[in-house]
Amino acid sequence: MKREDDFLKRREHLADLTEEQLEARFWELAEKIVEPMVDLASKNTTPSIERSVVMRMGFSSIEAKGIVEGALDRGLVGKGVGHIIYRLAKENNSGIRETGLKLLDGELWDEAIDIFGGENRGA
Amino acid sequence: MELKPNEKLDIKEILKDLDKYRPRRTGWTWRKGTGEKRKIGQFEYYDTAENLKQSQPLPSAHYFNDIDPQPTSVITTEIASGRFEDDIRRMRMAAWHGADHLMVIRTAGQSHFDGLIEGTPQGVGGIPITRKQVRAQRKALDIIEDEVGRPINYHSYVSGVAGPEIAVMFAEEGVNGAHQDPQYNVLYRNINMIRSFVDAANAKKVMSWAGMAQIDGAHNANATAREAWKVMPELMVQHALNSIFSVKVGMDKENIALSTVPPTAPPAPSMRLDLPYAVALRELFREYKMRAQQNTKYMGSSTREATVTHTLNLLISKLTRAEIQSTITPDEGRNVPWHIYNIEGTDTAKQALAGMDGLTEMVQIKRDKGELADKVRELKERAVLFMEEIIETGGYFKAVEEGFFVDSGQYPERNGDGIARKIDGGIGEGTVYERDEDYMAPVTAFFGYNNVSQYDESAEDNPSSLINGDTLKNSDKIVYIDELDENDNVNVRLEETKELRESTKLKPEMEWQGDGIVQTTLFLPTNERVAEFAAIEIGKKMGLEDVEVIHKEIMQYAEGTKIEIKGRVPFTIDTDDLVIPPKPKMMSEDEIREDIENNSMTIVAGTVGEDEHSVGLREIIDIKHGGIEKYGIECHYLGTSVPVEKLVDAAIETKADAILASTIISHDDIHYKNMSKIHELAIEKGIRDKITILAGGTQVTPEIAVSNGMDAGFGRGSKGIHVATKLVEMRRKRNEN
Repeated sequence: MKREDDFLKRREHLADLTEEQLEARFWELAEKIVEPMVDLASKNTTPSIERSVVMRMGFSSIEAKGIVEGALDRGLVGKGVGHIIYRLAKENNSGIRETGLKLLDGELWDEAIDIFGGENRGA
Repeated sequence: MELKPNEKLDIKEILKDLDKYRPRRTGWTWRKGTGEKRKIGQFEYYDTAENLKQSQPLPSAHYFNDIDPQPTSVITTEIASGRFEDDIRRMRMAAWHGADHLMVIRTAGQSHFDGLIEGTPQGVGGIPITRKQVRAQRKALDIIEDEVGRPINYHSYVSGVAGPEIAVMFAEEGVNGAHQDPQYNVLYRNINMIRSFVDAANAKKVMSWAGMAQIDGAHNANATAREAWKVMPELMVQHALNSIFSVKVGMDKENIALSTVPPTAPPAPSMRLDLPYAVALRELFREYKMRAQQNTKYMGSSTREATVTHTLNLLISKLTRAEIQSTITPDEGRNVPWHIYNIEGTDTAKQALAGMDGLTEMVQIKRDKGELADKVRELKERAVLFMEEIIETGGYFKAVEEGFFVDSGQYPERNGDGIARKIDGGIGEGTVYERDEDYMAPVTAFFGYNNVSQYDESAEDNPSSLINGDTLKNSDKIVYIDELDENDNVNVRLEETKELRESTKLKPEMEWQGDGIVQTTLFLPTNERVAEFAAIEIGKKMGLEDVEVIHKEIMQYAEGTKIEIKGRVPFTIDTDDLVIPPKPKMMSEDEIREDIENNSMTIVAGTVGEDEHSVGLREIIDIKHGGIEKYGIECHYLGTSVPVEKLVDAAIETKADAILASTIISHDDIHYKNMSKIHELAIEKGIRDKITILAGGTQVTPEIAVSNGMDAGFGRGSKGIHVATKLVEMRRKRNEN
């Protein structure tokens, strides 16, 4: 879009605002712009977020990558990859790392699908 | 490991047991002891922080008893050589000069790397940020901060398509600050905008947990826009969006710093354009911190010009505020920054801020009315209008699609050349997944919907209790990877340069150990084009390899060109083979005084030839400068432009023990010629073996002075006590004979 500088016309409704009011307006607008983005972030996840969760559970970056890919391939990512590890460990009465490493080896995924279903393949 | 000032930092020692190393703290540290006046040397300072335990003062500090006042701002230096092991040595040098925010640039392309990089591969224009390298550098900085006596903040980047993982790794490894701004991903890295913001919220949450300082990426608009001063309203919008987004995901305002750059540089009337912007920004963002960066948009290959711009930018920081004062290496416009220029940039900030100490006690910005006041108001209004239109258009994503950002028109003017990105485009598009109702993540510092209570309601405040703590609660759970590539790693690189570390072989370097790079400045009396190609040939004839012109500047089209070249020397020097003359001997003051008391001494002194310089000789003589008078030596000072005959005659007349000749002008070696003349004349008059003749001056090389008949020569840095020592020594020697 091309447009001449129409600042003087555009600013008319701001002209009478005090400095304080103008600054308040600035922050009000900024908040309004980011609110939907904060909401979006709250309700969604990504491979990187999931890898960061799995890492925090005691896996290396390489292990985390493999496990998250396994969940993505099976449409289970909407459950939380950390959740899958946690749940399987609980069901099988085994440790978190032990469970994660089995997933990395391609094991336990059928069980995960049985528990969680699995259809979320991304937006 | 404790460092001694005269011992090198041992990289092998840093790498040893790295798998067991744990950072000593998380979070950012500001300088201590600000907000109080402080006596340093003979001065009272208004705006300083605590002194360092050990440091390298500014070059001129020797005139002031080597004081090294530390400004209140944290001072940043950015390091980008691509080899972390060499960067560690540079960090130590920078810390000694006063940097306490060491920012490590990432290798080109890391922001598109889907996951973490591991090991220690070499980078381009930065290092691949890996756990091992981060850990090694943090460990080194722990040792260095103990050495200088001030906490050092370590910093890198949380951006790209692996932001949350990098943030977690940084939190685990005690990284103290990071750049994080999803707008940067969107506009400059073409990463999908939805992905960028979703990732960013999580990364920011982790950074908040670790108390890291965040720096935004708005300054890039300044560096990208064609006419940078026109994006000022947009810059304020970008700062606002990242800041408020960060607050909303849980970051404290005091940990949020705006990366702000004065938009112009001379020859533009930069202060008049930049100052109102700086004021407007600091008013709108009064609750946030300012990280003042130097303008790089209008930076070329002249290190002098970059330094002046930096200094003007520092004046703006001083007149407004900057909690973090960044520095750009003055060579950034011509190569990947070199060691010496990191130090220069750091010193420029330290020097300018020391010089402007207390300035705002005397100088004030005319805020209330006039051009600045009008401009401040106008900029704020333009920024408000910008955001109004974002909302009218349908929000941020829509605005980005329509190319609102980095348009070269000053908003509301639009030139249609902004950066437009598609909501369903970019890297990582289609990789955002909705969390199901039973979504759960049993970890600390997690942002957003997390259905922990489906398992344990009491775990809601501490999700990682479900797994008996995660890596952030129990660092023993961190899985450390050492090396993945057997050819591209630090051990291989260290082996290649082993000789330079473990023997007496020495090679010049600018970036990396053993790179052999040297820089030479030439003036060539010809036009620019010819000079450029001649300089390369000259460099080759000097024995340099890979010669490149790194700077050229016309002095006058026909009369000549200044050229700077760089190249590599292919050889090493063995320091064992060097003949290094011993440092000048110094007797104790008591010994000299006793000698003169027992046996009085007279000298005659003057600046010889057609030379009106007097300061140096007076410092050697005068009692108030610690000169030789204070030992009881009787001095007959004859003044400046003294003919050599007069000097010798005066020596005969006063039965002097010595002649002190000062000689500053060195054109056509006149200083050495005058020395020979004094020597010859003393022989002619039959006094040479009865008298000591000494010569001094800034261009005097002691050995050459001796070869011109002097008993000793004194160059730059000589003090009264050196001269007095020589006078006593020579007299004793004569008496022996």
